[in-house]
Amino acid sequence: MRKIGFLVAGVAALGLALAQSNVIKIATMSPLSGPQAALGEQIKLGAELAIEEAKPRFRQLGFELQLVPYDDQANPDVGVANANRMINDPDILGLVGTLNSGVAIPASEVLARVNLVMVSPANTNPVVTDRKLPNVNRIVGRDDVQGPAAAEFVYNDLKLRRVFVIHDKTAYGQGLAEEFRKRFEALGGRVVAFIGTEEQSNFVPIINQIRAQNPQLIYFGGVYSQIGPFLKQLRERGLRMPLMSGDGLDSSEFERLAGSQNAKGAYYTTVAGPVSAFSQAKALTERFKAKYGKDIEGFGIYAYDAARVILAALENAIKANGGKKPTRAQVAQEVRKVKLEGITGTIEFDDKGDIKKAKYFVMQVAGTGNWADNKLIKVIEVAAPQK
Amino acid sequence: MLEQILVLLPQVLFDGFILGFIYAMIALGYTMVYGVLELINFAHSEIFMIGAVAGVEVFRYLAPLIPNGYLLLAVAVVVGAAVAGLTAILVERMAYRPLRRRGTTNRLVPLVTAIGVSFFLQDLVRLIEGLWHNEFFLRMRTIEDLEGAFTLFGGAIFIQTKSVIVIVVSVLMLWGLTYLVNRTKLGMAIRAVAQDLSTASLMGINPDQIISRTFLIGGALGGVAGVLFALIYTTINPYVGFLPGIKAFTAAVLGGIGNIPGAMLGGLVLGQLENFFGTYLPILTAGNFGTEYKDVVAFLILIFILLFRPQGLLGQMVKEKV
Repeated sequence: MRKIGFLVAGVAALGLALAQSNVIKIATMSPLSGPQAALGEQIKLGAELAIEEAKPRFRQLGFELQLVPYDDQANPDVGVANANRMINDPDILGLVGTLNSGVAIPASEVLARVNLVMVSPANTNPVVTDRKLPNVNRIVGRDDVQGPAAAEFVYNDLKLRRVFVIHDKTAYGQGLAEEFRKRFEALGGRVVAFIGTEEQSNFVPIINQIRAQNPQLIYFGGVYSQIGPFLKQLRERGLRMPLMSGDGLDSSEFERLAGSQNAKGAYYTTVAGPVSAFSQAKALTERFKAKYGKDIEGFGIYAYDAARVILAALENAIKANGGKKPTRAQVAQEVRKVKLEGITGTIEFDDKGDIKKAKYFVMQVAGTGNWADNKLIKVIEVAAPQK
Repeated sequence: MLEQILVLLPQVLFDGFILGFIYAMIALGYTMVYGVLELINFAHSEIFMIGAVAGVEVFRYLAPLIPNGYLLLAVAVVVGAAVAGLTAILVERMAYRPLRRRGTTNRLVPLVTAIGVSFFLQDLVRLIEGLWHNEFFLRMRTIEDLEGAFTLFGGAIFIQTKSVIVIVVSVLMLWGLTYLVNRTKLGMAIRAVAQDLSTASLMGINPDQIISRTFLIGGALGGVAGVLFALIYTTINPYVGFLPGIKAFTAAVLGGIGNIPGAMLGGLVLGQLENFFGTYLPILTAGNFGTEYKDVVAFLILIFILLFRPQGLLGQMVKEKV
């Protein structure tokens, strides 16, 4: 009994000592394996670059910065399990993540229990911030603006009236499709069909329905892993109408899966602007390429800025705390008060954690094999809905 | 509504056949193994997936070396069948035979083992492809020779050359299997072992050898189905075997498990039903039930058939003799 007592005391003391250490960890959570790994890895690497660049600054303040990447496999259960591990590591003071709103919503509730702050570079579902959790923030736009923005583009700019809508039955895809349908019908357009599917391989039944309805455009709320094969099968069966989607399409993997010839001309809205839209991004892309040997894409830049938000808040919190390690609640408060000139624009949060003014980019796939060649058609800057 | 249905019907029926033939080939693997071992080989869906992956890799590496698309496909089919068949034999040797040796009479044990092998193979392939190519989604390389398309009956049916190839190869395979089972000594041995294993061994048949060959043949067919699946649907991943596997098993049961023509019929019927309801469900239910319910309908029909004819469409009632 005594031995066990000493052992427990020893471990507790060790734990306490480790918690008091001068290590500050920032976590990332995104899919690092599985179908969406291409997007998830960008988030990890973007944040990692920002953290590496900040290490000298933090050493001067007496702290050692570390990155802790988590793989959520785009699966809410895995995300919640990771979040539980995160809150038990006392050195983790912030999270850059996630990619999927369906993972962020339950995981952020775990984090809210201990006020661990989350700055999202990619979650677009309105519910993520509508819950008004004090630890949840995002630096990208929302689907209840992305969907309507797409509808207005199709109605006013492309001047099309009959659209076939498909979604992938997730919080993200279905939300996006529903927002699109609401606005498109309000403008006077016709949504000839609204279909949800989790199908990954065999799209023939849906393609036959499209053949029967003959729409002018297909709007697909989903992710590149589904839309790529769908578009390939659609074009192979001789159907030529244009396709439009949201930011789930925003990956070079889409072009690989659909084939460059088929992907060419597809429209998509993205909340992560192309590298070319950001004037200061050039230096960042070069540093990224030098360090990782690959090109930075949409969400990589946003993850970089999201990490910088947390780092800025950390610095403010350390100074406000008299040079000592701040608590998670302090960091969360400082994040809300941050005003930062990021690569993606001015970052300031409203009382729900939405970025005050978000940008939405309408892009068109160039089909050259280089994702960065995609054309920017229109930039829309909108404030988040105040509800 | 009727007009909407009729206008698409020829196309829907044609596409249903393609799906049906693929399901038929996979279903044969389930039915043959059940016939000789009374084991439902749930790992067969992964054998199918391995065939598909092999096909994709053959296309990836040999396309520059073989300019003729049809020859390349032939090579892919042979390689896919071989790899899948060998994997099936390995699985039988390492997972099922030791259980038979131990003489376990509880039929659940091999079944659960099969499920375990299925999970193992899925992640093994995911690991291999992840390390080898760092790709989760494998895309079948597009070959110009095979990419043609044409229409029949004044545009009523849009047919891809690939679809015709799939049908031709499937029919050849099914005919070949029927010939093998009914006209060769090996086929007779398989039928004997399926009927009564101990008596067959008394007649001088080596049951282990026959069982191995059954797995080889069933696995090879599943592999060919995999290559054709990858050709038609172009993108595959390590988990692509699961749903077609379950549906093909359903098809085998629908036709009468253990019955070879039954599996072929069951596959065709299920493929047609799935494709039919997939396309028409929104029209038939005025938008209330979408395409995603096609699987529900297919399985409901299975339940219905089993309630009223449990031996399946072509199976025979086996009366337990006391």
